[in-house]
Amino acid sequence: MKPNSTTATQSSSRWSATFNGGILFLLMLTGFAQMPIFKRYYIADIPGLGWLAQFYVTHFLHYLFAAIFVAIATYKTAEYMLEKKQVWKLSPRGYLMVLTLFGLIFTGGLLVIRNLSGIYFPASFIIALDIGHLLLVFGLMAGVAYGLFSKTGWLARR
Amino acid sequence: MSTLLSRRAFLRGGVAAAGTVAASPVAKALPQDNTSEQLATLIDIQRCIGCESCVEACRDSNQTKFPNPAKPFPKMYPNRVPVEDWSEKQDVMDRLTPYNWLFIQSAYVDVNGEETELSIPRRCMHCTNPPCVKLCPWGAAQQLDNGISRIDADLCLGGSKCKNVCPWQIPQRQTGTGLYLDLLPSLAGNGVMYKCDRCHDRIAEGELPACIDACPEDVQTIGPRDEIIAEAHRIAADIDGYIYGEHENGGTNTIYVSPVPFEEINRAMEGGKGIPHLGAATNRMEAAENLALAMVIAPFAGLAAAAGKIVKHFKSGIDQGDANETK
Ligand code: SF4
Ligand code: SF4
Ligand code: SF4
Repeated sequence: MKPNSTTATQSSSRWSATFNGGILFLLMLTGFAQMPIFKRYYIADIPGLGWLAQFYVTHFLHYLFAAIFVAIATYKTAEYMLEKKQVWKLSPRGYLMVLTLFGLIFTGGLLVIRNLSGIYFPASFIIALDIGHLLLVFGLMAGVAYGLFSKTGWLARR
Repeated sequence: MSTLLSRRAFLRGGVAAAGTVAASPVAKALPQDNTSEQLATLIDIQRCIGCESCVEACRDSNQTKFPNPAKPFPKMYPNRVPVEDWSEKQDVMDRLTPYNWLFIQSAYVDVNGEETELSIPRRCMHCTNPPCVKLCPWGAAQQLDNGISRIDADLCLGGSKCKNVCPWQIPQRQTGTGLYLDLLPSLAGNGVMYKCDRCHDRIAEGELPACIDACPEDVQTIGPRDEIIAEAHRIAADIDGYIYGEHENGGTNTIYVSPVPFEEINRAMEGGKGIPHLGAATNRMEAAENLALAMVIAPFAGLAAAAGKIVKHFKSGIDQGDANETK
Protein backbone atom coordinates (compact mmCIF):
# COMPACT_ATOMS: atom_id res chain seq x y z
CA MET A 1 0.00 0.00 0.00
CA LYS A 2 2.65 2.42 1.07
CA PRO A 3 4.60 2.94 -2.17
CA ASN A 4 1.33 3.25 -4.07
CA SER A 5 0.03 6.00 -1.84
CA THR A 6 3.33 7.88 -2.17
CA THR A 7 3.00 7.78 -5.95
CA ALA A 8 -0.56 9.02 -5.65
CA THR A 9 0.58 11.93 -3.44
CA GLN A 10 3.39 12.77 -5.84
CA SER A 11 1.15 12.79 -8.87
CA SER A 12 -1.53 14.82 -7.10
CA SER A 13 1.05 17.38 -6.02
CA ARG A 14 2.31 17.54 -9.60
CA TRP A 15 -1.26 18.19 -10.71
CA SER A 16 -1.76 20.87 -8.14
CA ALA A 17 1.58 22.52 -9.07
CA THR A 18 0.49 22.56 -12.73
CA PHE A 19 -2.89 24.00 -11.76
CA ASN A 20 -1.31 26.71 -9.59
CA GLY A 21 1.19 27.56 -12.32
CA GLY A 22 -1.65 27.71 -14.84
CA ILE A 23 -3.61 30.15 -12.68
CA LEU A 24 -0.49 32.30 -12.27
CA PHE A 25 0.06 32.29 -16.04
CA LEU A 26 -3.56 33.29 -16.72
CA LEU A 27 -3.28 36.04 -14.11
CA MET A 28 -0.20 37.42 -15.87
CA LEU A 29 -1.83 37.13 -19.29
CA THR A 30 -5.04 38.90 -18.26
CA GLY A 31 -2.96 41.39 -16.27
CA PHE A 32 -0.85 42.37 -19.27
CA ALA A 33 -4.08 42.59 -21.25
CA GLN A 34 -5.00 45.58 -19.07
CA MET A 35 -2.49 47.51 -21.15
CA PRO A 36 -3.54 48.24 -24.72
CA ILE A 37 -0.82 46.10 -26.29
CA PHE A 38 -2.35 42.82 -27.47
CA LYS A 39 -4.26 44.44 -30.31
CA ARG A 40 -1.39 46.69 -31.36
CA TYR A 41 0.96 43.73 -31.56
CA TYR A 42 -1.42 41.37 -33.44
CA ILE A 43 -1.70 38.89 -30.56
CA ALA A 44 -5.46 39.39 -30.38
CA ASP A 45 -5.61 38.64 -34.11
CA ILE A 46 -4.55 35.04 -33.49
CA PRO A 47 -7.71 32.94 -33.82
CA GLY A 48 -9.10 32.20 -30.37
CA LEU A 49 -7.25 35.08 -28.71
CA GLY A 50 -9.55 37.94 -29.73
CA TRP A 51 -10.85 38.15 -26.15
CA LEU A 52 -7.43 39.44 -25.07
CA ALA A 53 -8.32 42.80 -26.63
CA GLN A 54 -11.68 43.03 -24.85
CA PHE A 55 -10.92 45.00 -21.74
CA TYR A 56 -14.07 44.16 -19.80
CA VAL A 57 -13.56 40.42 -20.45
CA THR A 58 -9.91 40.43 -19.37
CA HIS A 59 -10.71 42.62 -16.37
CA PHE A 60 -13.41 40.20 -15.20
CA LEU A 61 -11.14 37.18 -15.78
CA HIS A 62 -8.25 38.85 -13.95
CA TYR A 63 -10.53 39.26 -10.92
CA LEU A 64 -11.73 35.66 -11.22
CA PHE A 65 -8.21 34.20 -11.41
CA ALA A 66 -7.10 36.53 -8.62
CA ALA A 67 -9.86 35.18 -6.34
CA ILE A 68 -8.78 31.61 -7.08
CA PHE A 69 -5.15 32.57 -6.55
CA VAL A 70 -5.88 34.19 -3.17
CA ALA A 71 -7.63 30.98 -2.08
CA ILE A 72 -4.61 28.91 -3.18
CA ALA A 73 -2.18 31.28 -1.44
CA THR A 74 -4.16 31.06 1.81
CA TYR A 75 -4.25 27.26 1.59
CA LYS A 76 -0.52 27.04 0.87
CA THR A 77 0.30 29.39 3.74
CA ALA A 78 -1.82 27.35 6.15
CA GLU A 79 -0.23 24.12 4.89
CA TYR A 80 3.27 25.51 5.35
CA MET A 81 2.65 26.91 8.81
CA LEU A 82 0.90 23.79 10.10
CA GLU A 83 2.79 20.92 8.46
CA LYS A 84 5.73 21.67 6.24
CA LYS A 85 7.47 24.09 8.60
CA GLN A 86 8.58 21.24 10.85
CA VAL A 87 10.74 19.73 8.12
CA TRP A 88 11.19 22.48 5.57
CA LYS A 89 12.10 26.11 5.48
CA LEU A 90 11.83 28.68 2.70
CA SER A 91 14.86 28.88 0.45
CA PRO A 92 16.20 32.39 -0.32
CA ARG A 93 14.41 32.24 -3.68
CA GLY A 94 11.29 30.97 -1.92
CA TYR A 95 11.40 33.99 0.41
CA LEU A 96 11.63 36.40 -2.51
CA MET A 97 8.83 34.63 -4.38
CA VAL A 98 6.54 34.68 -1.36
CA LEU A 99 7.25 38.36 -0.71
CA THR A 100 6.60 39.18 -4.37
CA LEU A 101 3.32 37.24 -4.41
CA PHE A 102 2.08 38.86 -1.22
CA GLY A 103 3.08 42.24 -2.63
CA LEU A 104 1.02 41.47 -5.73
CA ILE A 105 -1.98 40.39 -3.64
CA PHE A 106 -1.65 43.53 -1.50
CA THR A 107 -1.36 46.03 -4.36
CA GLY A 108 -3.98 44.13 -6.39
CA GLY A 109 -6.38 44.12 -3.44
CA LEU A 110 -5.99 47.89 -3.08
CA LEU A 111 -6.63 48.32 -6.81
CA VAL A 112 -9.83 46.27 -6.48
CA ILE A 113 -10.93 48.59 -3.66
CA ARG A 114 -9.99 51.61 -5.80
CA ASN A 115 -12.32 50.28 -8.52
CA LEU A 116 -15.37 50.17 -6.25
CA SER A 117 -17.91 52.89 -6.83
CA GLY A 118 -17.43 55.94 -4.62
CA ILE A 119 -13.80 55.20 -3.66
CA TYR A 120 -11.34 58.03 -4.29
CA PHE A 121 -7.66 57.36 -3.66
CA PRO A 122 -5.23 60.23 -4.27
CA ALA A 123 -3.96 60.17 -7.86
CA SER A 124 -0.30 59.76 -6.82
CA PHE A 125 -1.18 56.73 -4.66
CA ILE A 126 -3.02 55.09 -7.58
CA ILE A 127 -0.05 55.68 -9.86
CA ALA A 128 2.27 54.14 -7.24
CA LEU A 129 -0.05 51.12 -6.95
CA ASP A 130 -0.23 50.66 -10.74
CA ILE A 131 3.53 50.89 -11.19
CA GLY A 132 4.22 48.82 -8.05
CA HIS A 133 1.90 46.03 -9.26
CA LEU A 134 3.63 46.02 -12.66
CA LEU A 135 7.17 45.99 -11.20
CA LEU A 136 6.22 43.13 -8.87
CA VAL A 137 5.02 41.12 -11.89
CA PHE A 138 8.37 41.67 -13.57
CA GLY A 139 10.00 40.51 -10.32
CA LEU A 140 7.82 37.42 -10.32
CA MET A 141 8.69 36.63 -13.93
CA ALA A 142 12.39 36.99 -13.14
CA GLY A 143 11.95 34.71 -10.11
CA VAL A 144 10.16 32.04 -12.15
CA ALA A 145 12.77 32.25 -14.91
CA TYR A 146 15.60 31.93 -12.37
CA GLY A 147 13.88 28.90 -10.82
CA LEU A 148 13.56 27.14 -14.18
CA PHE A 149 17.16 27.94 -15.02
CA SER A 150 18.75 27.08 -11.66
CA LYS A 151 16.32 24.27 -10.80
CA THR A 152 16.12 25.56 -7.22
CA GLY A 153 12.88 25.07 -5.33
CA TRP A 154 10.98 27.27 -2.89
CA LEU A 155 11.74 25.01 0.04
CA ALA A 156 14.95 23.72 1.58
CA ARG A 157 15.39 21.11 4.30
CA ARG A 158 15.87 22.55 7.76
CA MET B 1 -32.50 75.87 0.64
CA SER B 2 -31.64 74.86 -2.89
CA THR B 3 -27.93 74.76 -3.67
CA LEU B 4 -28.34 74.51 -7.43
CA LEU B 5 -26.55 77.02 -9.61
CA SER B 6 -27.23 78.13 -13.13
CA ARG B 7 -25.67 81.23 -14.68
CA ARG B 8 -28.66 83.35 -13.75
CA ALA B 9 -28.73 82.19 -10.14
CA PHE B 10 -25.03 82.83 -10.01
CA LEU B 11 -25.40 86.35 -11.41
CA ARG B 12 -28.32 87.17 -9.14
CA GLY B 13 -26.28 86.35 -6.09
CA GLY B 14 -23.11 87.88 -7.48
CA VAL B 15 -19.78 86.12 -7.39
CA ALA B 16 -19.08 86.94 -3.76
CA ALA B 17 -22.59 86.20 -2.59
CA ALA B 18 -22.90 82.97 -4.55
CA GLY B 19 -20.93 81.16 -1.89
CA THR B 20 -23.30 82.21 0.86
CA VAL B 21 -26.63 82.85 -0.87
CA ALA B 22 -26.76 79.50 -2.55
CA ALA B 23 -24.47 77.65 -0.12
CA SER B 24 -22.54 77.23 -3.32
CA PRO B 25 -21.98 73.68 -4.57
CA VAL B 26 -19.02 75.19 -6.33
CA ALA B 27 -17.55 75.99 -2.95
CA LYS B 28 -18.20 72.38 -2.00
CA ALA B 29 -16.05 71.37 -4.92
CA LEU B 30 -13.01 73.02 -3.38
CA PRO B 31 -10.43 70.42 -2.50
CA GLN B 32 -9.91 71.78 1.04
CA ASP B 33 -13.57 71.04 1.74
CA ASN B 34 -13.77 67.47 2.95
CA THR B 35 -17.14 66.62 1.48
CA SER B 36 -17.18 63.76 -0.96
CA GLU B 37 -20.46 64.76 -2.50
CA GLN B 38 -20.51 64.42 -6.28
CA LEU B 39 -21.45 67.45 -8.33
CA ALA B 40 -23.83 66.88 -11.21
CA THR B 41 -25.16 69.02 -14.02
CA LEU B 42 -28.70 69.14 -15.29
CA ILE B 43 -29.20 69.76 -19.01
CA ASP B 44 -32.73 70.86 -19.82
CA ILE B 45 -32.85 70.04 -23.53
CA GLN B 46 -35.98 72.00 -24.36
CA ARG B 47 -34.28 75.25 -23.35
CA CYS B 48 -31.29 74.86 -25.67
CA ILE B 49 -31.45 77.02 -28.81
CA GLY B 50 -28.28 75.59 -30.32
CA CYS B 51 -26.42 78.94 -30.36
CA GLU B 52 -23.09 77.23 -29.57
CA SER B 53 -22.03 79.95 -27.12
CA CYS B 54 -21.12 77.13 -24.72
CA VAL B 55 -18.97 75.43 -27.36
CA GLU B 56 -17.09 78.67 -28.02
CA ALA B 57 -16.69 79.31 -24.30
CA CYS B 58 -15.32 75.83 -23.71
CA ARG B 59 -12.77 76.29 -26.49
CA ASP B 60 -11.70 79.71 -25.22
CA SER B 61 -11.53 78.70 -21.62
CA ASN B 62 -9.58 75.50 -22.21
CA GLN B 63 -7.27 76.82 -24.94
CA THR B 64 -4.17 76.38 -22.75
CA LYS B 65 -4.99 72.70 -22.15
CA PHE B 66 -5.23 71.83 -25.84
CA PRO B 67 -2.43 69.81 -27.48
CA ASN B 68 0.46 71.40 -29.25
CA PRO B 69 2.03 68.42 -31.02
CA ALA B 70 5.59 68.37 -32.30
CA LYS B 71 5.96 67.45 -35.96
CA PRO B 72 6.95 65.31 -37.72
CA PHE B 73 5.50 62.57 -35.51
CA PRO B 74 7.87 59.74 -34.64
CA LYS B 75 7.26 56.67 -36.79
CA MET B 76 5.17 54.15 -34.86
CA TYR B 77 5.34 50.35 -35.15
CA PRO B 78 3.63 48.26 -36.26
CA ASN B 79 2.07 50.07 -39.19
CA ARG B 80 -1.49 49.47 -38.02
CA VAL B 81 -1.06 52.04 -35.21
CA PRO B 82 -3.24 54.94 -36.34
CA VAL B 83 -1.88 58.49 -36.44
CA GLU B 84 -4.62 60.77 -35.14
CA ASP B 85 -3.89 64.37 -35.93
CA TRP B 86 -6.46 67.08 -35.20
CA SER B 87 -3.98 69.94 -35.01
CA GLU B 88 -4.77 71.00 -38.61
CA LYS B 89 -8.53 70.64 -38.00
CA GLN B 90 -8.87 72.59 -34.80
CA ASP B 91 -11.95 74.43 -36.01
CA VAL B 92 -14.10 71.28 -36.30
CA MET B 93 -17.09 71.93 -34.01
CA ASP B 94 -19.63 69.30 -34.99
CA ARG B 95 -18.12 66.40 -33.05
CA LEU B 96 -15.77 65.69 -30.15
CA THR B 97 -12.08 66.19 -30.93
CA PRO B 98 -9.00 66.89 -28.78
CA TYR B 99 -9.72 70.58 -29.52
CA ASN B 100 -13.49 70.42 -29.12
CA TRP B 101 -14.72 68.91 -25.86
CA LEU B 102 -18.34 69.96 -26.29
CA PHE B 103 -20.57 70.10 -29.34
CA ILE B 104 -24.25 70.55 -30.12
CA GLN B 105 -26.07 67.54 -31.46
CA SER B 106 -29.34 68.03 -33.25
CA ALA B 107 -32.32 65.81 -33.90
CA TYR B 108 -35.68 66.43 -35.58
CA VAL B 109 -38.38 64.83 -33.47
CA ASP B 110 -42.09 65.04 -32.99
CA VAL B 111 -42.95 67.15 -29.92
CA ASN B 112 -46.70 67.29 -29.29
CA GLY B 113 -47.48 66.64 -32.93
CA GLU B 114 -45.06 69.27 -34.19
CA GLU B 115 -41.73 68.54 -35.87
CA THR B 116 -39.16 70.22 -33.68
CA GLU B 117 -35.38 70.49 -33.86
CA LEU B 118 -33.84 69.61 -30.53
CA SER B 119 -30.33 70.85 -29.74
CA ILE B 120 -28.41 68.78 -27.25
CA PRO B 121 -25.06 69.81 -25.73
CA ARG B 122 -22.82 66.73 -25.63
CA ARG B 123 -19.59 66.11 -23.74
CA CYS B 124 -18.25 63.69 -21.12
CA MET B 125 -21.07 62.38 -18.88
CA HIS B 126 -18.82 62.28 -15.77
CA CYS B 127 -19.95 58.81 -14.71
CA THR B 128 -20.28 58.27 -10.96
CA ASN B 129 -17.99 55.22 -11.29
CA PRO B 130 -16.07 56.10 -14.46
CA PRO B 131 -14.61 53.14 -16.37
CA CYS B 132 -12.19 55.48 -18.15
CA VAL B 133 -10.65 56.29 -14.75
CA LYS B 134 -10.93 52.91 -13.08
CA LEU B 135 -9.53 50.96 -16.02
CA CYS B 136 -6.71 53.36 -16.98
CA PRO B 137 -3.58 51.24 -16.51
CA TRP B 138 -1.39 54.20 -15.45
CA GLY B 139 -3.58 56.30 -13.24
CA ALA B 140 -3.49 59.05 -15.87
CA ALA B 141 -7.30 59.29 -15.84
CA GLN B 142 -8.41 60.44 -12.42
CA GLN B 143 -11.62 61.10 -10.55
CA LEU B 144 -11.74 63.98 -8.10
CA ASP B 145 -13.84 63.56 -4.98
CA ASN B 146 -16.43 65.96 -6.35
CA GLY B 147 -17.06 63.38 -9.08
CA ILE B 148 -15.16 65.13 -11.89
CA SER B 149 -13.19 62.77 -14.09
CA ARG B 150 -10.21 64.15 -15.94
CA ILE B 151 -7.21 62.90 -17.88
CA ASP B 152 -3.80 64.19 -16.82
CA ALA B 153 -2.18 65.26 -20.10
CA ASP B 154 1.29 64.95 -18.52
CA LEU B 155 0.77 61.26 -17.72
CA CYS B 156 -1.48 59.94 -20.48
CA LEU B 157 0.28 57.72 -23.03
CA GLY B 158 -2.56 57.82 -25.55
CA GLY B 159 -3.29 54.08 -25.70
CA SER B 160 -6.99 54.98 -26.05
CA LYS B 161 -8.19 52.35 -23.59
CA CYS B 162 -10.34 54.98 -21.87
CA LYS B 163 -12.17 55.62 -25.13
CA ASN B 164 -12.55 51.91 -25.75
CA VAL B 165 -14.14 51.25 -22.33
CA CYS B 166 -16.25 54.44 -22.26
CA PRO B 167 -19.89 53.61 -23.05
CA TRP B 168 -20.00 56.80 -25.16
CA GLN B 169 -16.42 56.71 -26.58
CA ILE B 170 -15.85 60.24 -25.30
CA PRO B 171 -12.03 60.73 -25.00
CA GLN B 172 -10.31 61.79 -28.23
CA ARG B 173 -6.68 61.25 -29.16
CA GLN B 174 -4.01 63.57 -30.47
CA THR B 175 -0.81 61.91 -31.66
CA GLY B 176 2.62 63.53 -31.24
CA THR B 177 2.25 64.99 -27.77
CA GLY B 178 2.79 63.86 -24.18
CA LEU B 179 4.91 61.52 -22.13
CA TYR B 180 5.21 58.69 -24.71
CA LEU B 181 7.59 60.90 -26.71
CA ASP B 182 10.10 60.63 -23.84
CA LEU B 183 9.75 56.85 -23.48
CA LEU B 184 9.61 54.51 -26.48
CA PRO B 185 7.61 56.56 -29.02
CA SER B 186 7.84 54.03 -31.83
CA LEU B 187 6.83 51.03 -29.73
CA ALA B 188 4.42 52.19 -27.03
CA GLY B 189 1.86 54.95 -26.64
CA ASN B 190 0.38 57.24 -29.25
CA GLY B 191 -0.19 60.73 -27.82
CA VAL B 192 -2.69 62.00 -25.28
CA MET B 193 -6.46 61.58 -24.80
CA TYR B 194 -8.57 64.71 -24.31
CA LYS B 195 -12.08 65.32 -23.01
CA CYS B 196 -14.18 67.68 -20.88
CA ASP B 197 -12.69 68.01 -17.40
CA ARG B 198 -15.74 69.92 -16.18
CA CYS B 199 -13.48 72.97 -15.83
CA HIS B 200 -12.08 71.44 -12.63
CA ASP B 201 -9.70 74.37 -12.24
CA ARG B 202 -12.48 76.94 -12.48
CA ILE B 203 -14.59 74.98 -10.01
CA ALA B 204 -11.64 74.84 -7.60
CA GLU B 205 -11.53 78.65 -7.85
CA GLY B 206 -15.23 78.88 -7.02
CA GLU B 207 -16.21 79.70 -10.61
CA LEU B 208 -18.81 78.03 -12.80
CA PRO B 209 -17.70 75.85 -15.72
CA ALA B 210 -17.25 78.05 -18.80
CA CYS B 211 -20.09 76.42 -20.76
CA ILE B 212 -22.61 77.01 -17.97
CA ASP B 213 -21.41 80.55 -17.49
CA ALA B 214 -21.77 81.40 -21.19
CA CYS B 215 -25.21 79.94 -21.88
CA PRO B 216 -27.80 82.69 -22.50
CA GLU B 217 -30.68 80.26 -21.90
CA ASP B 218 -29.63 78.72 -18.59
CA VAL B 219 -29.76 75.26 -20.14
CA GLN B 220 -27.38 73.81 -17.56
CA THR B 221 -27.55 73.82 -13.78
CA ILE B 222 -24.84 72.50 -11.47
CA GLY B 223 -25.21 71.25 -7.91
CA PRO B 224 -25.04 68.24 -5.59
CA ARG B 225 -26.14 65.10 -7.44
CA ASP B 226 -29.20 64.27 -5.34
CA GLU B 227 -30.55 67.80 -5.71
CA ILE B 228 -29.92 67.79 -9.46
CA ILE B 229 -31.76 64.49 -9.76
CA ALA B 230 -34.70 65.79 -7.72
CA GLU B 231 -34.83 68.88 -9.94
CA ALA B 232 -34.66 66.72 -13.09
CA HIS B 233 -37.61 64.66 -11.85
CA ARG B 234 -39.53 67.81 -11.04
CA ILE B 235 -39.06 69.16 -14.58
CA ALA B 236 -39.77 65.75 -16.13
CA ALA B 237 -43.03 65.51 -14.17
CA ASP B 238 -43.91 69.03 -15.24
CA ILE B 239 -43.45 68.44 -18.96
CA ASP B 240 -44.31 64.75 -18.93
CA GLY B 241 -40.73 64.22 -20.03
CA TYR B 242 -37.84 61.76 -19.86
CA ILE B 243 -34.51 61.52 -18.07
CA TYR B 244 -31.13 60.27 -19.32
CA GLY B 245 -27.99 59.83 -17.24
CA GLU B 246 -29.48 58.96 -13.86
CA HIS B 247 -29.02 55.22 -14.28
CA GLU B 248 -27.01 54.90 -17.50
CA ASN B 249 -23.69 53.14 -16.92
CA GLY B 250 -24.69 52.79 -13.26
CA GLY B 251 -25.34 56.54 -12.94
CA THR B 252 -23.66 59.64 -14.32
CA ASN B 253 -23.23 63.21 -13.19
CA THR B 254 -24.86 64.60 -16.32
CA ILE B 255 -28.63 64.43 -16.22
CA TYR B 256 -30.56 65.26 -19.40
CA VAL B 257 -34.27 66.05 -19.37
CA SER B 258 -36.20 65.86 -22.63
CA PRO B 259 -39.82 66.18 -23.74
CA VAL B 260 -39.48 63.06 -25.95
CA PRO B 261 -38.07 59.60 -25.20
CA PHE B 262 -34.31 59.38 -25.63
CA GLU B 263 -34.59 56.31 -27.87
CA GLU B 264 -36.48 58.53 -30.25
CA ILE B 265 -33.81 61.23 -30.18
CA ASN B 266 -31.17 58.56 -30.56
CA ARG B 267 -32.88 57.20 -33.66
CA ALA B 268 -33.35 60.66 -35.15
CA MET B 269 -29.82 61.96 -34.68
CA GLU B 270 -26.84 61.35 -36.86
CA GLY B 271 -24.27 58.93 -35.44
CA GLY B 272 -20.63 58.50 -36.30
CA LYS B 273 -17.12 58.91 -34.96
CA GLY B 274 -16.81 61.41 -32.13
CA ILE B 275 -20.61 61.60 -31.85
CA PRO B 276 -21.88 59.93 -28.66
CA HIS B 277 -25.21 58.07 -28.67
CA LEU B 278 -28.18 58.59 -26.38
CA GLY B 279 -29.14 54.92 -26.23
CA ALA B 280 -29.06 52.33 -23.48
CA ALA B 281 -25.86 52.01 -21.44
CA THR B 282 -25.73 49.25 -18.83
CA ASN B 283 -23.39 49.48 -15.84
CA ARG B 284 -20.17 48.15 -17.28
CA MET B 285 -18.26 48.00 -13.99
CA GLU B 286 -20.94 45.94 -12.28
CA ALA B 287 -19.76 42.40 -13.11
CA ALA B 288 -16.27 43.03 -11.73
CA GLU B 289 -17.72 44.83 -8.73
CA ASN B 290 -19.76 41.74 -7.86
CA LEU B 291 -16.70 39.57 -8.29
CA ALA B 292 -14.81 41.73 -5.79
CA LEU B 293 -16.93 40.03 -3.14
CA ALA B 294 -15.55 36.66 -4.25
CA MET B 295 -12.11 37.97 -3.36
CA VAL B 296 -13.22 38.66 0.19
CA ILE B 297 -14.48 35.09 0.43
CA ALA B 298 -11.40 33.58 -1.26
CA PRO B 299 -9.13 33.43 1.84
CA PHE B 300 -11.91 31.68 3.76
CA ALA B 301 -12.26 29.18 0.93
CA GLY B 302 -8.51 28.57 1.19
CA LEU B 303 -8.78 28.03 4.94
CA ALA B 304 -11.77 25.72 4.48
CA ALA B 305 -9.71 23.63 2.07
CA ALA B 306 -7.00 23.46 4.71
CA ALA B 307 -9.53 22.59 7.45
CA GLY B 308 -8.39 18.97 7.63
CA LYS B 309 -4.81 20.06 8.22
CA ILE B 310 -5.85 22.65 10.80
CA VAL B 311 -7.86 20.08 12.78
CA LYS B 312 -5.02 17.56 12.55
CA HIS B 313 -2.53 20.17 13.74
CA PHE B 314 -4.49 21.17 16.79
CA LYS B 315 -5.44 17.59 17.59
CA SER B 316 -1.81 16.58 17.52
CA GLY B 317 -1.07 19.59 19.75
CA ILE B 318 -3.69 18.39 22.24
CA ASP B 319 -2.44 14.80 22.04
CA GLN B 320 1.06 16.11 22.67
CA GLY B 321 -0.26 18.01 25.69
CA ASP B 322 -2.04 14.91 26.99
CA ALA B 323 1.12 12.87 26.53
CA ASN B 324 3.11 15.48 28.45
CA GLU B 325 0.59 15.47 31.29
CA THR B 326 0.65 11.69 31.67
CA LYS B 327 4.44 11.75 31.77
S1 SF4 C 1 -18.56 59.33 -20.09
FE1 SF4 C 1 -16.78 58.14 -20.71
S2 SF4 C 1 -15.08 59.58 -20.53
FE2 SF4 C 1 -16.78 60.46 -19.36
S3 SF4 C 1 -16.51 59.70 -17.23
FE3 SF4 C 1 -17.87 58.23 -18.28
S4 SF4 C 1 -16.44 56.68 -19.05
FE4 SF4 C 1 -15.22 58.48 -18.59
S1 SF4 D 1 -17.41 71.84 -18.25
FE1 SF4 D 1 -15.69 73.02 -19.02
S2 SF4 D 1 -14.48 71.52 -20.15
FE2 SF4 D 1 -16.51 70.61 -19.87
S3 SF4 D 1 -17.66 71.14 -21.70
FE3 SF4 D 1 -18.08 72.74 -20.16
S4 SF4 D 1 -16.55 74.31 -20.60
FE4 SF4 D 1 -15.87 72.48 -21.64
S1 SF4 E 1 -25.02 78.10 -24.95
FE1 SF4 E 1 -26.87 77.24 -24.02
S2 SF4 E 1 -28.46 77.55 -25.55
FE2 SF4 E 1 -26.53 77.89 -26.59
S3 SF4 E 1 -26.03 75.89 -27.45
FE3 SF4 E 1 -25.04 75.95 -25.47
S4 SF4 E 1 -26.48 75.01 -24.06
FE4 SF4 E 1 -27.62 75.52 -25.93
